[in-house]
Amino acid sequence: MNLATKDIGQSLGRFVLTTLGVGMLLMVVMAMGGIYRGIIEDATLLVNVIGADLWVVQRDTRGPFAELSRVPPNLVHRALTVPGVQASREFVFHTVQRERAGKPFRMAVLGLSWPNDKGDWIPLMAGRPLRQNHFEMIADATLEFDLGEKIKLGKETYTVVGLTYNMLASGGDGIGFFTTADAQAIQFDVPGEAVRLERSSRAARGTRFELAAKQPSLLEFANKPAAELPQIARPQVSAVMISVLPGTNVQTVAEIISGWGDVSVFTREGQRELLLKGTVEKVRRQIGLFRMLLVVIAAVIMGLILYTMTLDKIHSIALLKLIGAPNSTILGMILQQALMLGALGYGIAFLVGRKLFPLFPKRVILADDDLLLLAAIVLAISILSSLMGIWKAMKVSPNEALA
Amino acid sequence: MSPLSETTFANVCEQDVCAIETRAITKIYGSGNTEVIAMRDASMQVKRSEVVALLGPSGSGKSTFLTAVGLINPPTSGQVLIGGELVLDGSVAQTNLRTFRRNHIGFVFQKSNLIPFLTAVENVQIAMELAGEPRSAARHRALELMDYLGVADRASNLPSALSGGQQQRVAVARSLANRPSVILADEPTAALDGARGRQVMDLFAKVAHEQGAGVIVVTHDHRSLDVFDTIYKMEDGLMHRAEKP
Ligand SMILES: Nc1ncnc2c1ncn2[C@@H]1O[C@H](COP(=O)(O)OP(=O)(O)OP(=O)(O)O)[C@@H](O)[C@H]1O
Ligand SMILES: [Mg+2]
Repeated sequence: MNLATKDIGQSLGRFVLTTLGVGMLLMVVMAMGGIYRGIIEDATLLVNVIGADLWVVQRDTRGPFAELSRVPPNLVHRALTVPGVQASREFVFHTVQRERAGKPFRMAVLGLSWPNDKGDWIPLMAGRPLRQNHFEMIADATLEFDLGEKIKLGKETYTVVGLTYNMLASGGDGIGFFTTADAQAIQFDVPGEAVRLERSSRAARGTRFELAAKQPSLLEFANKPAAELPQIARPQVSAVMISVLPGTNVQTVAEIISGWGDVSVFTREGQRELLLKGTVEKVRRQIGLFRMLLVVIAAVIMGLILYTMTLDKIHSIALLKLIGAPNSTILGMILQQALMLGALGYGIAFLVGRKLFPLFPKRVILADDDLLLLAAIVLAISILSSLMGIWKAMKVSPNEALA
Repeated sequence: MSPLSETTFANVCEQDVCAIETRAITKIYGSGNTEVIAMRDASMQVKRSEVVALLGPSGSGKSTFLTAVGLINPPTSGQVLIGGELVLDGSVAQTNLRTFRRNHIGFVFQKSNLIPFLTAVENVQIAMELAGEPRSAARHRALELMDYLGVADRASNLPSALSGGQQQRVAVARSLANRPSVILADEPTAALDGARGRQVMDLFAKVAHEQGAGVIVVTHDHRSLDVFDTIYKMEDGLMHRAEKP
């Protein structure tokens, strides 16, 4: 006869409620683990999927994700001259926050270097990659755009031609993919009035130059777009991404480029490190600590539950001792109930969590390793927390059955 | 056994060993101001197949004596022997008391003492399963005993759904389950009507004679005293043998 199940069957409603409670608690622990995993995953996602072997950034910066980096666009061509480099692309990346339907709306804008990169590497749920060098975009599903939807950013209107998923910036914002030119247009969009003011101040400054006095026709340039002014550089890019030829040692290429005085270079692994150790480090540690705290709290709560469950049975336990039940029978009953509570709670946490976590605003990733670890932790908690109850049960005298 | 105790406690059980023997057991509860001597130098010898009644006013120490013999509440001093084996020397156990209880002693106590989360039949069955009886055999015998005690129809009810008398009869069934050599009953018939009470007393006598068990029953029911072979009385913690009426 299994005393553990008999006892539970006798107060089933209570046990079910308790198990649900423990399940919810474990679900929060599980969520914390998933959020932790999600933060790491999201932070390094772009670096992982974009598939660049080397990142060339502004000298002495840790860009382009961890901090701002500016490099001239011609760096793309300089990089191509290094032996072993297969391809180099511009990387334009920044985050915009606008408003949509009255709610703040954040999007990470990523430039694809047209025409080499049309976004063919982006996994699509619907639609297609970019097909023209202007006014098209591929949007991450979390941005909640529909295929064909038109979005006004700056002075231009962009059409969503493709939908992708799991493309998030380290902050968790969904990414919109544009051509580099469009991405820069969005980034450096200046209102018309600002342009006019800038041009007239340029003209005013020009009149004070001796050169303009000698050659007044130069002043005409002051009223033209910045891009047409020979002495003013094109807008800069955030970084340059390099892919090396198969069989080439990445390190060798990196060493050559790091010899250049104006840039720093990081490997893919180096970028990942920068992201984890830098941007998300504090959040990661915060969540990690909170998760540990939750595990401890779960242990304490389960311990108390099992202890009171044992206290409720203390008269029966004394009686069992009185009729000669060995300690193993009593210990087995308490331990089995603890394990049942732990296992069922874990099951509930897993099943409910799987349905609930996808609704979270940021990704919650249930990695197999984490699930196994949590299962082991729950097992340990169940055993440890039943010890208090077992200790109490071992202490009770059979005489108390008669009290 | 020391030569001294040999001489002090002459064995009335003759060449036969006693089912139960207590030698001057004393129980003192508490200490100092709150000290209560609940039982003083209580000695009793119960032969196999002997049925003993223990009478006495409330608070005289009957339950204290019975729980000492039952190895639940060890005496402060004195010795308890079961089947000739010294099991308690003062408060010191000479064997694993719990295993000993399981295999040799059947209890019925004053207050209801059924496990609340087990059904009536399971309460009887568990005692046998703990002693190693296979489940089906245990269930079969449990139902038989309950049938004999007239509670078979309530077999699958929880104790909370049984009347006090029914609970008491289930407890009696449990006490007999493992064919114990010692049966201890503390007012087993208090919650039963005359006929049922009589039936339980007769059952104890029958089991004592058939199994050669020693039985001690604490009772206030003077109508069924004829069932008993021997009568002891307790008063203020002192025990003496009384004449049969
Ligand atoms: N745990 C205890 N602590 C202190 N005193 C106790 C304890 N148990 C019993 N006593 C005292 O010991 C004395 C004998 O009690 P006991 O229960 O043996 O009496 P009893 O003869 O069984 O009475 P009743 O007929 O009412 O059941 C009483 O004075 C009681 O108050
Ligand atoms: Mg009593």
